[in-house]
Amino acid sequence: MNGYIIRRNMRYFVLHLFLMSVAVTCLFPLFYMIRCSVMDNQTIFTDKGILPSVVNFGNYATAWVDGNFGTFFFNSMLYTTSVVIGIVVISSMAAYAFSRLSFPGRDWFYYMFVIAMMIPLPGSFVPLFVLMNKLHLTNTKIGYILCMINVGLSLSVILLKTFFDKMPSDLEDAARIDGCTKWQIWWNVALPLARPAVAVIVIFNALNVWNEFILAQLLLSEEVHMPLQVGLMKFINVHTVNYPIMMAGLTIAAVPIILLYLAMQKHIIKGLSSGAVVG
Amino acid sequence: MAKRQKMSSIKLADISENYLFILPAVIIFAIFYIYPFIDIINLSLHEWKGIGPKVFVGLRNFKELMSDKIWWKSIWNATYITLWALTFQNVLAFMLALACDREIRFKKFYRVVFFIPPVLSQVVVGLIWRWILNAGKQDGQYIGLLNHLLDSIGLHHLTNDWLSDPATALTCIAIVHCWMGFGWGFIMLLAGLQTIDKQLYEAAKVDGASSWSTFWNVTIPMMVPVILVVVILTVLGSMQAFILVLSMVGQGLVHHTDVPVTRILGAMQGTKEFGYACAMGVNFAIILIAVSALMKMGSNKLKQA
Repeated sequence: MNGYIIRRNMRYFVLHLFLMSVAVTCLFPLFYMIRCSVMDNQTIFTDKGILPSVVNFGNYATAWVDGNFGTFFFNSMLYTTSVVIGIVVISSMAAYAFSRLSFPGRDWFYYMFVIAMMIPLPGSFVPLFVLMNKLHLTNTKIGYILCMINVGLSLSVILLKTFFDKMPSDLEDAARIDGCTKWQIWWNVALPLARPAVAVIVIFNALNVWNEFILAQLLLSEEVHMPLQVGLMKFINVHTVNYPIMMAGLTIAAVPIILLYLAMQKHIIKGLSSGAVVG
Repeated sequence: MAKRQKMSSIKLADISENYLFILPAVIIFAIFYIYPFIDIINLSLHEWKGIGPKVFVGLRNFKELMSDKIWWKSIWNATYITLWALTFQNVLAFMLALACDREIRFKKFYRVVFFIPPVLSQVVVGLIWRWILNAGKQDGQYIGLLNHLLDSIGLHHLTNDWLSDPATALTCIAIVHCWMGFGWGFIMLLAGLQTIDKQLYEAAKVDGASSWSTFWNVTIPMMVPVILVVVILTVLGSMQAFILVLSMVGQGLVHHTDVPVTRILGAMQGTKEFGYACAMGVNFAIILIAVSALMKMGSNKLKQA
C-alpha cells in the first residue's frame, strides 16, 4: 500500500514537473520582456542578473512620448472598440434576420457567409489594397475600420445565427403581441438574450483587431493613424539599437491584451471548447 | 381586388424591411470580400505595375510561377513549418491535455497559462524572440540571452547567429510558431478528452486492460474527430503564417525564410508586380483548397473505419 502511494506521488511529481516546465516556458519570455523594459541602454548589455539591479520606469515615458506609442495606443483602442461595436451590431442584425425573419433568397445569402468562411484566400490584401486606393480610403481611419469589420463578419454572423436558432422564441413572440417592431425585438429582446454568444464574439474580435498587422501596415502609412503593431515594426526598423525602449513598447502592446484575456478567459476557453466539440 | 393589392403591398413592405436587416452586412461583404475575390482572379491574368494600363496576359503569370524556384522554395518553407507544427506542437499539446484530463492541482493555472502565447500578437512574440536570439556582441559579451546562456555554461561552440544562419533561421521560426500555437491544440484536445465517458475507462480497467492499451483502444478512437479538426486547422494556419517571419527576420533579400505570403507581399511592395502577386495568391489558394479537400476525404474514410 505504501509503495502504491509513493509510486502515485512520484507520478504526480513527474506530471507537475512536465506541466510546470511548459508553463515557465510560456511565461519566461514575457518576464524577460518586462525585465529588459526597465533597464537602460548600458545595463541591458552588462547586467546579466535575473532581476535588474536598477529599475528605471523612464523608458515607458520615453516610449509613450518620443516613440509615439501614446498615439499608437489610442489608435489601437479606437480601432478595437469601433470594429467590435460595428461587428456586434451588423452581424447580430444579419444573424437575427437569417434565423427569425423570412424573405426570398435568405438561405443563399447565409451560405455566402459560410462559404467565405471556408475558402482560404491568402494574398487577398493585394486586391483589397488596390480597391482602397481607388476609393481613396488608404490612410484613413474609417477605411481600416471597415476592412476589419469585414474580416470578423462571417464568423460572427455564423456564430450568432447558430445561437439564435437554438434560442426559444417565446419572449420575442410575446414582445410581438405587445406591439414591438422587429427592430425593437432585435435590439431589446433577442440581443440581450444572446449575451453568451455576443461575449465570445466581442473577445475574439477584440483580440483579432488589437493584434492585426498586415492590413494596417498596408493601408496606414502615416504615424497618426498607425496602431501599436505597425508602430512597433516601424520602431524596430528605425531604432534597431534602442532595446529598452522597444521592450517598453512591446509591454505597452502586450499588457492590455493579457489583462483582457485574464478577465475573460472563462469565455475564451468555453468558446474554443464548444468550437472543438461541434467542429 | 383592391384589398388583395393592399395586402401584397403590406407584405412587400414587410419583406423589404427584412432585407434591411442584412443590408449592412451584405454591402460590406460585397465590397470588401466579393469584389477583391473577383479582382484577385482578374488581376492574376494581367501584367500590372500598380499604376498605368493593365495588360492582359492570360495564364502567363501562372506559367512563370511554375518555374519560379523561389516560389516553390517558399512553399516548401511553409510546409516545413507546418510539419513542425503537426508533430512537435500537436504532440506536445496532446501530452499536456492528457496530463490535465484528471483531478490535478493547479489545473486552472495551467489552462490559463498555456493559452497566453496564442493571445499575443505575432509582432510582439516575434520581436521578443528576436531579442532573445540576438547574435550581437558588446564588449566581448553576447547581447542575446540564448547565446549568453550557452556561452556561460561552457557551450561556446553552440552559439550561433540563429536568425541569419540559413541552417537555423527557419527552424527558429518554426519553433516559435509552435510556442505560440500549442495552446490552441491543448484547449481543443482537452475539451475533446473531457467529453469521453469515464465509464469507458472503468470498463477497460475491469477488463484488465493496461493503461497503454486503454490509451490506444479507448482514448485515441474516441478522439479521432477532434484530432482531425486540430490537424486541419493546424495545416491551414501554419501554411499561411507569415507575420512571425516578418517580425523575426524581416523581409530580407535572401529567401531562405520566405513563405508564400511574404513572397506575395514582396512582389506587391518590392517590384510592384501586382498581377504576379495575385497569381501567387490564386495558386496558393488552389493548393490549400486541394490539401484541405484531400484531408477531408481522408478523414471521412477514417471516420467510417
